[in-house]
Amino acid sequence: MGYETVKTEQGSGVLWITLNRPDRLNAFNEQMGNDLLEALKEGERPEVRCLVLTGEGRAFSVGEDLSTNRSMIESGKPVRLGEVIKRKYNPIVRSVRKIEKPVVAAVNGVTAGAGLGLALACDLRAASDKATFHEAFIKAGLVPDSGTSFWLTRILGLGKAMEVGLLGEPIDANKALSLGLVNWVFPDERLKEEVAKIAGRLAKGPTRALGMTKRALNRAIVVDVDSALEYEMYLQDIAGRTRDHVEGVKAFFDKRDPAFTGE
Amino acid sequence: MNYETIIASKEGMLGIITLNRPEAMNALSNRMVTELVSALAEFEKDDGVRCLVIAGSERAFSAGADIKEMAAMSAVQMTMTGHFFPLWDKVGHYPKPIVGALSGYVLGGGLELAMSLDVLIASESTQMGQPEINIGVMPGGGGTQRLTRAVGKAKAMEMVLTGSRIGAEEAKTLGLVSRVVPKEAYLEEAKKVANEIASKSPVATRLAKMAVNKAFEMGLTEGIDFEREVFYLLFASEDKDEGMKAFVEKRKPEFKGK
Repeated sequence: MGYETVKTEQGSGVLWITLNRPDRLNAFNEQMGNDLLEALKEGERPEVRCLVLTGEGRAFSVGEDLSTNRSMIESGKPVRLGEVIKRKYNPIVRSVRKIEKPVVAAVNGVTAGAGLGLALACDLRAASDKATFHEAFIKAGLVPDSGTSFWLTRILGLGKAMEVGLLGEPIDANKALSLGLVNWVFPDERLKEEVAKIAGRLAKGPTRALGMTKRALNRAIVVDVDSALEYEMYLQDIAGRTRDHVEGVKAFFDKRDPAFTGE
Repeated sequence: MNYETIIASKEGMLGIITLNRPEAMNALSNRMVTELVSALAEFEKDDGVRCLVIAGSERAFSAGADIKEMAAMSAVQMTMTGHFFPLWDKVGHYPKPIVGALSGYVLGGGLELAMSLDVLIASESTQMGQPEINIGVMPGGGGTQRLTRAVGKAKAMEMVLTGSRIGAEEAKTLGLVSRVVPKEAYLEEAKKVANEIASKSPVATRLAKMAVNKAFEMGLTEGIDFEREVFYLLFASEDKDEGMKAFVEKRKPEFKGK
């Protein structure tokens, strides 16, 4: 499908979604919010077994397009960001979290604000060695949104999250790796190829089990241990009935690699 | 039993009713209400059925009343036909326990139906609400009464006056449903619970259900008096003898409903 501000490309089980406003550092305007949501819906198709999110040009995404805020302020109109978040960013974050397939962020460059929120909402993050991470809200007199308050505290712990949130200092790729903010750092020129390998592997995986693993882990960070144990039990019961489980067990005893179909 | 808008079937000791108007998100139509009442009556008579399950689809338990059909009705027509009253009456006084298997939309009349069942198992995708206010009316099938008793005045007012929905986890926290399970498992879980209920003495489950429901009707003293009387009554049942004997003999009881 063609979008104005987002490119999609589908190849052997992987849907690449590229934010495509390079001249604006992939800042989110209204259109890109809608386009991304639609593109994520494409990911629901059964032939898609893994999604990759990345950005065109030198940025992953710098989040909200502040020129919109500037023109509102200049024309004396009240800035109502709550509405923007409710309408634009929260549905995107929810959609990335809810889709029952792995979503990998290929963080190709600068990422800030809601762009960081989008990267953090993804299940795995690979960064170019040129990527930088900015929890930039505080510099614009704003507060963390797009789930960043949630993910930063979970990933970094409260102490480090406070530092990042209150001071808003940029974090380079290697620092991000040591903090656990990204899973891998690759040389910029190899980022695409390396992410393609990871995504290709995930796309050949037991999709239902991958999806349910994502559900279980996302739920586990917000519930108590007894609820997590109970939820695991239900999901395992379901996973045990998939064809991929049958294949996985067979392959184990045949001493070969499993050929998962995602069913 | 052949119905057009529902599917009624038996699985062991369970009577299963599945709302089946997928094209209309299982909206309650006059026809569906008539068929539900008749299927409930059939299962009520059937001694082999000890517990019921009412389910919709994963996408919608029921999105509410069929608005198109309802829009064409006058106040007099509603009064004279009782509209959905035969269903609320039937389900509200149903002697056998009913487990509700909820998923997706449980709205308006769908929520009112769910709240008049006994045990509610919800899939994690469940969304519950009383959206009638959005179309210029209000709940008319017990919603204002049952929701208030279930979740308290403040939350009930918010839901009824704004038409806002709540998700499965919130519904569980509020006590509106008893268990939340993954969407793939809700129906099976509901049947599991129903089978567990079906394995108990039908005399005991019937009276226990009645006693719990009395908690909403009676003052505490009258309720406790009522409970005591039905408790004593159970000592006249063969199932009580069997249950206590099996307990002492460390085996599973075989209840007969006598």
